[in-house]
Amino acid sequence: MTALITPELVLLDLDSDDRTEVTRALAERLAAAGRVTDLAGFLADVQAREAQMPTGLPGGIGIPHARSAHVTAPSLGFARVPKGVDWGAEDGPATLVFLIAAPEGGGSDHLTILAALARRLIHQSFRDSLLSAPDAGTVVEIVTREVAS
Amino acid sequence: MKFVAVTSCPTGIAHTYMAAEALEQAGRAAGHEIQVETQGAAGANPLPPEVIAAADAVIFGVDVEVRDRYRFEGKPILQVPVKKAISDAAAIIEQAAELARTAPAPAAGAGAPSGPALASKVTGDAGVGTRIRQWLMTGVSYMIPFVAAGGILIALSFMLAQIVAGKQGAIDVTKVPLATVATNFNALDGMHWAALLFQVGAASFAFLVPALAGFIAFAIADRPGIVPGFVGGSLSVTVGAGFLGGMAAGFVGGFIALWIARRNVPKSVRGVMPVVVIPLVSTLLTGAIMLLVLGRPLKWVSDELTRGLNGMSGANLIILGVLLGLMMAFDMGGPVNKVAYTFATTGLAAVGTATDATQLKVMAAVMAAGMTPPLGLALATRLRPSLFSEPERENGAAAWLLGASFITEGAIPFAAIDPLRVIPSLMVGSGITGGMVMAFGSTLRAPHGGLWVTPLIGGIFGYLVAIVVGTVITALVVVSLKQLGRSAPETAENEALVAA
Repeated sequence: MTALITPELVLLDLDSDDRTEVTRALAERLAAAGRVTDLAGFLADVQAREAQMPTGLPGGIGIPHARSAHVTAPSLGFARVPKGVDWGAEDGPATLVFLIAAPEGGGSDHLTILAALARRLIHQSFRDSLLSAPDAGTVVEIVTREVAS
Repeated sequence: MKFVAVTSCPTGIAHTYMAAEALEQAGRAAGHEIQVETQGAAGANPLPPEVIAAADAVIFGVDVEVRDRYRFEGKPILQVPVKKAISDAAAIIEQAAELARTAPAPAAGAGAPSGPALASKVTGDAGVGTRIRQWLMTGVSYMIPFVAAGGILIALSFMLAQIVAGKQGAIDVTKVPLATVATNFNALDGMHWAALLFQVGAASFAFLVPALAGFIAFAIADRPGIVPGFVGGSLSVTVGAGFLGGMAAGFVGGFIALWIARRNVPKSVRGVMPVVVIPLVSTLLTGAIMLLVLGRPLKWVSDELTRGLNGMSGANLIILGVLLGLMMAFDMGGPVNKVAYTFATTGLAAVGTATDATQLKVMAAVMAAGMTPPLGLALATRLRPSLFSEPERENGAAAWLLGASFITEGAIPFAAIDPLRVIPSLMVGSGITGGMVMAFGSTLRAPHGGLWVTPLIGGIFGYLVAIVVGTVITALVVVSLKQLGRSAPETAENEALVAA
């Protein structure tokens, strides 16, 4: 099975104050890795979900996400935005952005990995370790370890 | 304490699981036991029934409808948006604990069902009468849009037909076949537009009784009730049992579905219960009951009534008019109403070109008596709005037009909520109107159309006087019966039902 996240899908120290821009930067990485087949189509799907209600959550995280026909494998794009970008959360801007991409349809079994990821997101320790990770390799390592456990 | 929770979100890949984790963490941190069912994209993990049974309270952290919600009926339920469950889990656990402490003990035979919209307000000790009213109210509130849409479309169709095709228009429009509208539509032909309105309206009307039955059953058994209710309601129309048969179908279908859903089944079967077993078995049983139990007696009743009417041909015309009026208002589209109406239209076909035949008077009496029920109720909702619930008052506004168009069904929502008071009132008004039309000797050679076939009515003044008198009497009787038999709490409960 394709790994959920690889170093190419990690953007550290992104400087942007526009959530559309951040989402696009991450989605481009997914497209470059061959995980998203139609960038515009995928972004439209993410935007559709975001339009229902912004996905920012307390603790400085934003989780744009979509199940989309343009996704080939469950994937996570991760960005750190040190200056913060408003994601519609009540308690302030997001510094950690997780772009979660799931294929439309297909069996549900391979989506359990995303379920496990989502569960980790609410843990402060998980978020702290991602905030302080020195490089993309470490981010991948932390996510892979936590989600597998 | 013990809690169970369900989480779900539109996409089913992120918030569902975050909320589950947040509630589990917060619950355990506060020293409670908690199990969460995540209704997301990554497969289902249904809560075991015994765990639900043991729970002190239920938490729904959901942005989409909870699947198989009926499993939690009778439990104190706290429902919050999924995002709130993530960001405020600790506070929600505290609220749920408070809810569990203050909730009344479940009644014997726990799991008191109620209208789904009321699910979080379920009173475990609600009386049988209250619950029946809640079920009927649920069915009626979902039925009213079908009545309004269908009835108003048909009324508009009659109006338009009369404008473009003259006094025969409202008769001719119903004879334009559906195929003409569908394949030969001519946008420049006004009658085609009228026929289009009529066909769409008739299609909407065809759902009236099924929707009533389906949502009564839904209120009783939640989602499993919908299929047997709808199918039973549709069969009620097929066998000619009308809305009273539909109400019966709603109760039968609802309780059968509820009974099956409550069976304890082996785990291997549990997965296919909601999608296969419950709909299959409940629909078959409900349908069989509607056809086998109702079919024959209904046929017998209508045969006997028809024979009785035919035997009266030499009798006093005024008595015949009163009788036809009573029948028109008794079940509004049901077997008794249909006998009276068919009696009139059959006579119409036999009468030929005569201008003063008895058959034409019969037709006039039948149509007038079929117009007063909606008109009388419309008037009653204006005279004493406080005696009616909000959906009834809104339906009352549409009922003016429906009554004027001889669409007796406009009265069904009122009759379904409170049959014992409403139906007798309608019969009094319609009986008087039927008798008066006969006495005045008004005639009519159109089988339908209401006020839109006025040019075809002979003796129009007496005809209209009879309708006005019947309307006023209907309204007065409804208002007094409702005031007599109604205690203040019931009125308050009406308001509560509406607010829910």
